[in-house]
Amino acid sequence: MSPPNGGGMGRTPEGAVPAEGPGVPAGAVLPSPHAHGGASVSRTMGLVMAALAPATLFGFWMFGWPAVHLFMMTLAACVLAEYGCQRLMGRRSSLGDGSAVLTGWLLALSLPPWAPGWIGVLGGAIAIVVGKQVFGGLGQNPFNPAMVARVVLLVSFPVAMTQWVVPVPMGSPGAPDFVHGLQITLAAPPLPDAIASASLLGHAKTELSRGADLAQVLGAAATPPHDWTGLRPGSLGETGALLLLAGGLFLVFAGVIGWHLPAAVLLGLAVPALVGHALAPARFLPADLHLVSGATVLGAFFIATDYVTSPNTTAGQWLFGLGIGVLTWIIRSFGGYPEGMAFAVLLMNALVPAIDRWLRPRILGRDRAGRPLALPGD
Amino acid sequence: MRLLSYFRGEAFQRGIHPPSCKLTAATPIRRMPFAPRLTVPLSQHIGKPPRPIVQVGQEVVRGQPIARTDDWLSVPHHAPATGVVEAIDLRPSARGPWTQSIVIRVHPGATQEDLWGEPRDLSGATPQDILQAVWDTGMVGLGGAAFPSHAKLSVPKQAKVHTLVVNGCECEPYLTCDHRVMVEEADPLIVGIRYAMRATGAVRTIVGVEDNKPDAVAAIQAAIDRARGTTTEGDIFVEAVPTKYPQGSEKMLIMALFGVEVPSGGLPVQLGMVVNNVGTLAALGRLLPSGRGLTERVVTVTGPGVARPGDYRMPLGTPLSFVLEYAGAPADSRQVILGGPMMGQSAATLDVPITKGVSGVLVFKGDDLAHREGLRTFPCIKCGECVESCPMGLNPSQLGMLAAKREYETMGGQYHLGDCFECGCCTYVCPSNIPLVQQFRIAKQVLRERAV
Repeated sequence: MSPPNGGGMGRTPEGAVPAEGPGVPAGAVLPSPHAHGGASVSRTMGLVMAALAPATLFGFWMFGWPAVHLFMMTLAACVLAEYGCQRLMGRRSSLGDGSAVLTGWLLALSLPPWAPGWIGVLGGAIAIVVGKQVFGGLGQNPFNPAMVARVVLLVSFPVAMTQWVVPVPMGSPGAPDFVHGLQITLAAPPLPDAIASASLLGHAKTELSRGADLAQVLGAAATPPHDWTGLRPGSLGETGALLLLAGGLFLVFAGVIGWHLPAAVLLGLAVPALVGHALAPARFLPADLHLVSGATVLGAFFIATDYVTSPNTTAGQWLFGLGIGVLTWIIRSFGGYPEGMAFAVLLMNALVPAIDRWLRPRILGRDRAGRPLALPGD
Repeated sequence: MRLLSYFRGEAFQRGIHPPSCKLTAATPIRRMPFAPRLTVPLSQHIGKPPRPIVQVGQEVVRGQPIARTDDWLSVPHHAPATGVVEAIDLRPSARGPWTQSIVIRVHPGATQEDLWGEPRDLSGATPQDILQAVWDTGMVGLGGAAFPSHAKLSVPKQAKVHTLVVNGCECEPYLTCDHRVMVEEADPLIVGIRYAMRATGAVRTIVGVEDNKPDAVAAIQAAIDRARGTTTEGDIFVEAVPTKYPQGSEKMLIMALFGVEVPSGGLPVQLGMVVNNVGTLAALGRLLPSGRGLTERVVTVTGPGVARPGDYRMPLGTPLSFVLEYAGAPADSRQVILGGPMMGQSAATLDVPITKGVSGVLVFKGDDLAHREGLRTFPCIKCGECVESCPMGLNPSQLGMLAAKREYETMGGQYHLGDCFECGCCTYVCPSNIPLVQQFRIAKQVLRERAV
């Protein structure tokens, strides 16, 4: 170190300042703030995956190797699609942020566990290419990529997307081993009648279209099991509802997501369901079955809360979440498809820019319209 | 006495809670010796620079005025040390451009006792006399804004002030100079408050202190109790406010204390309030009775890169290099910040002096820096953390995306960028590590230039 104040003594710049600046350099010159809270995109994605892990592992155990293979192939397709798009566009790879893996994970949780592998691969590619990269990649997509893919698959391949199986837990008699599971996923042989099943929502919709009384249908032996344990046909995200709820609450307490949005989705679904069931139990499913069936919990805590495609003010999140809940109930109760979460999320995604514009926080010292507050006495 | 609860409104909304890192909160203020040379920039406050009234080669004594001004929005400067004026020319400044400065070579053996002063009897002084006396001290806001204090204490004719708010929040992490001043100089603070109340006509004073400084609250309360009955100028209260950044912003503090919003584009004085920093009023309490000028201030020297952190009372004009050497900061790669970590400014060179507005010298080591530079910027994922943290209720996420598209007019018009005071909360919480505040500074600068 040079003597104090020595470096610049007696020197006037005269327009000729040395390139490295005068005197003793102090080090890096960075703009304030010079502190950071430590949050990062990859940390956020990692926490979300950690929250999904218990339900996913539970689903692997229940539906065996075919579910594992489908999951892995979906994730691999997402990662490859992301890598490929970025290579094509000559962009720096962003696989490290974990968002492609998370998209694939959420999509895989919404698929029938024994669906053929190409469904997962195609879905993963659609999610990343059509759902995300064509808009410019992370942060730019208006619609939830996993839900875009799910809806495309559902509309294009309705049979493959609604072939559910009863749980055949790993290790139980009749559960496929690794190789057999691979055959199921890759070759997609017809499902044996013994394990093919409908999901509860699908079953209810079918019975309803036949004019049956739902109250009797739910008590009948032919109805798929629908208790809270998750031992029932459905996607990994449906059967693991309780574990997903635990994971979602973990995210709320970890500060990754707010409680407003999931609460709004659940309320938006539960309130019309309660009212509908109370008025016409033969026509509408009870609220508890709505909450535990389909993608309700997955959607409320993990899909609706996607940062990119949800509003960023608390008021906006309430409106957005309530909209998803109500639309889901409407589609489930009146629509052609048994499950409506994906459609509801996409419909509300489209409204997000408008919601963000209308429901801005009030600026301190201004009224809602943005005019400065009046002074007292004016 | 605790303040009556009706004074207490809602604390301000949003904001953040960074780790406080107040390493030097329990260390008494120490004196820093003279550097061999002191550099007094003429422009170190908001407003016009004063003109030098000394010549090169002239002997000056500590406290003697060396620059004077007739401009209302400017302040005089005083010699921080006894010595010889060695040069009056351009020197580096913390803000970047070289600026006209008076360089004083300090006499060996010069003491830090003030040798120059014009004691005056202010007991019967009018508000105008007090403002003149404040002006003569060369005082500016010591909290960092460096706005001339006499201008801040003068009340426009059409306004009437009822409350003096004294800002003892010190919400920036690391900084403790105000904290130590409140603990050690509570009595001069009360004296300064009395003068400020007389100058403004305020009938009550509320000292707002964040509740992470209970010893400061206790010290001020004790000083209030000691001073009770000696004057008739209304009541002084000290109030603890919940700790939250950026409480030290005057709009936030007024919100926290009274639940009142300062209208956008307005000033607290329009609501009958004047806000002053504790350090400013404590210094005025010491200087005004003896008619001395501001020649030194308390500066927190701290951070991971400092061996002997502490609050130092240092002569104005002390070069940064001397400060760091004295406090034990190694010379390897590092970052030196003037002010706190949230709003402070990186120093480009150690040849810049300590000025009236510098509250802290913060040194980060090379490895802290390597970590920060290693962080990659991701696209905005619209997580809304910044919206949840902006104390002004702006939408930094939206503003950042507009800045990336250079839609500066929209930022200023539709999204009220002008209300941003660059507290840094949005950037602090951003998981994508987007330099939002810096984008906003650039946008504001562009808008200013376009407006000309």
